Amino acid sequence: MRGVCKAFGATAALAGVDLRVAPGEVLAVVGENGAGKSTLMKVLAGVVRPDAGEMLLDGRPYAPRSPRDARAAGVAMIHQELALAPHLTIADNILLGMEPTRAGFLRRAASRAAAREALRQLGRDDIPPEAVVAGLSIADRQVVEIARAVAVGCRVLVLDEPTSSLTAADVRHLETLVKRLRGLGHAIVFISHVLEEVRAFADRVTVLRDGATVGGGDLATLADATIVEWMVGRPVTELYPRSPRTPGAAVLELSGVAGRRLPESASLVLRRGEVLGIAGLVGAGRTELLRAVFGLDPVRRGTVRVAATSGTATPTRRWAQGVGMVSEDRKREGLAVELSIADNLTLSRLAGLGPAGLVLPGRQAAAARRWIEPLQIKCRDVSQPIAALSGGNQQKVAVARLLHHDVDVLLLDEPTRGIDVGAKARIYALIDELAARGRAILLVSSHVPELLGVCDRVAVMCRGRLGPARLVGEIDEHTLMQEAIARG
Amino acid sequence: MTSWLHRLGPLAGLALVALLFTVLRPGQFATPGNLEIMLLQTAVVATAALGMTLVIASGGIDLSVGAQIALATVTLASLLARGWSPAAALLATVAGGLACGGLIGGLVTGLRLPPFIVTLGMWGGLRGLAKGLAGETMVVAPTTWLNDLLTALPPERRWLLMPAGVWLTILLAVAVAVLLQMTRLGRHILAIGSSEPTARLCGVAVERTKLVVYALAGALAAVAGVLQYAYLTVGDPTTALGMELDVIAAVVIGGASLAGGRGSVAGTLVGALIMTAVANGCTKLDLPNWVQEIVTGVIIVAAVALDRFRRVDD
Repeated sequence: MRGVCKAFGATAALAGVDLRVAPGEVLAVVGENGAGKSTLMKVLAGVVRPDAGEMLLDGRPYAPRSPRDARAAGVAMIHQELALAPHLTIADNILLGMEPTRAGFLRRAASRAAAREALRQLGRDDIPPEAVVAGLSIADRQVVEIARAVAVGCRVLVLDEPTSSLTAADVRHLETLVKRLRGLGHAIVFISHVLEEVRAFADRVTVLRDGATVGGGDLATLADATIVEWMVGRPVTELYPRSPRTPGAAVLELSGVAGRRLPESASLVLRRGEVLGIAGLVGAGRTELLRAVFGLDPVRRGTVRVAATSGTATPTRRWAQGVGMVSEDRKREGLAVELSIADNLTLSRLAGLGPAGLVLPGRQAAAARRWIEPLQIKCRDVSQPIAALSGGNQQKVAVARLLHHDVDVLLLDEPTRGIDVGAKARIYALIDELAARGRAILLVSSHVPELLGVCDRVAVMCRGRLGPARLVGEIDEHTLMQEAIARG
Repeated sequence: MTSWLHRLGPLAGLALVALLFTVLRPGQFATPGNLEIMLLQTAVVATAALGMTLVIASGGIDLSVGAQIALATVTLASLLARGWSPAAALLATVAGGLACGGLIGGLVTGLRLPPFIVTLGMWGGLRGLAKGLAGETMVVAPTTWLNDLLTALPPERRWLLMPAGVWLTILLAVAVAVLLQMTRLGRHILAIGSSEPTARLCGVAVERTKLVVYALAGALAAVAGVLQYAYLTVGDPTTALGMELDVIAAVVIGGASLAGGRGSVAGTLVGALIMTAVANGCTKLDLPNWVQEIVTGVIIVAAVALDRFRRVDD
């Protein structure tokens, strides 16, 4: 296999992208949302055809007209949303569309063997080909999808933000897998937001902004600051601003809270004017804790006191008490993506937008428009559906709902997951402003630098148990991770 | 801009259909008399479709509308036959519809069953109840002013412009449109239809809202039943068989999404009118019934396909 080269120059969404990836190399493609990464992926996968520019694969022109074409040519996409049929077995999924048959009948043994071979190449012979996909973890499903690409004989693998829904341990496994694929001579394009991961996974980086390549090079010779500057287009000042904060009265007190399954026991005191972080692995029970506090899931044991009142709660009651929550699952729960920005932003508090139960569209739009400017939500108008916005701007709308409701206590579950650096910086600044104005914030995050940057105190949750909260000055990243993994 | 397009789409379809028949049958289709007849023919389906718009916007479905209409004609006729005053019989019938809808809503939210299943059961159950109440026959009732709701206007009442039943449908349509577009309940209905978890997260009382939606739809189906009674002049437990599909078709042609989160009363009315215009126009063209049915089928599929194309363009 000769060097795999591609060069683009499409207009509009892509205004001149150049990138090159060779066999046995991992190229990271980074850029903010809207930088053109997804369009670039569509072009590569044959979903969209470029207007100009040329693409070469093994020195020959490469112009796929459909994802099928692209696969046949040896280019496979592994999307963020995995495309597996959950009710079929792993073998069926790996060989979907190219099942070995004899006289029209499936050759089950042959397909199991082919699946096993593909998994073995990935070093994952522990995954049984005859098991049903629905029982697999997200991480293992990803492996199955990669195995499918390998089984078809793809030599160029494009991984679109593959780590966005993985735990830290799974990310390390994926890293091993990617290095293995590289060793086998595959060319890998790795799309990501997270610089730490880019450094761990990739050899070289290409930075996109506004649909064009703005920089790139060997990761070994590039500083983080340079890459971020390319991405954002300006020097980044302080990512985690910190105004003077004065902790006040306790507004949320948990003692021995247990949920239906998780958490097992969680106690904490959240005060006005403070940001309290909860660290831990995915699956430790952090999301379940927030859901139980917010009344979305039942509390099996223990008490939740909000501003000195306790008792069973529903989300309706929590909102009325001045507690708001941002869901970790932005697309399914956090926002109704077909509805407009205005509808989503005002949904929890439609009162006051008209007399006696009425919601006047003009007043609703005006109420929503107030938050566009301060949060820098990029949109044409508040009547636009959420689906038309980039991930970062969607998340800003989800957060703006809490501001519109003017809540005292904010429960934020992974508020910056999968969003670009610019939107992250805006949300960090907002959290700081809110804390300085006496609001209380409970922040769940899997990104430890973020917790240390934003919070006043951090507690670690491990297997359903929440540890004591400690001042950020007294802990470091290493001990946090240790506790998240080790403590039993 | 986009909402304009969405609203104009079905309307353009109606204009096209009307223009076509006007050109093909000049002096027969677009006459005041025929327009009045078409409005009379639309009123029943349109009224039931108002409730269905709410149900579909909330992400649900109601397959038992036809049975609810039949039950309402039987209830109304039976009460009138027992000497109830027309007003009292009408109120009781609508209350009965409210209760039927409430029962459906209660089963959907209480047992967490899909509305498709619950209303499939009701499709048979309520039809059977209607037949039982009617003793498996037509229920004859004394003539009252209710019978005039859907008859062509006599010359001395031309000033009304349209029969009272049509006005009733229009009034209800305005009320449901305001409810859906401009009230908290309406916003909650659309939010539930678009994403139930989001609605729950935002503190919307999901179960209670659904209950209200099905109850209102039941009441509107009962009003449609009253109009159907006016049209038939008897209570008939076998009437409106299959009408639920006309009702759903009207809502869908009007631009609502069967997945929920989208629905417009204006669109639904236009959808109902398109179906009447096609049926009426085909009759005027002396086309046999089977041609009508094929044309109606094509229109349903075409309307949704066009709607999808417009959406992809956005």
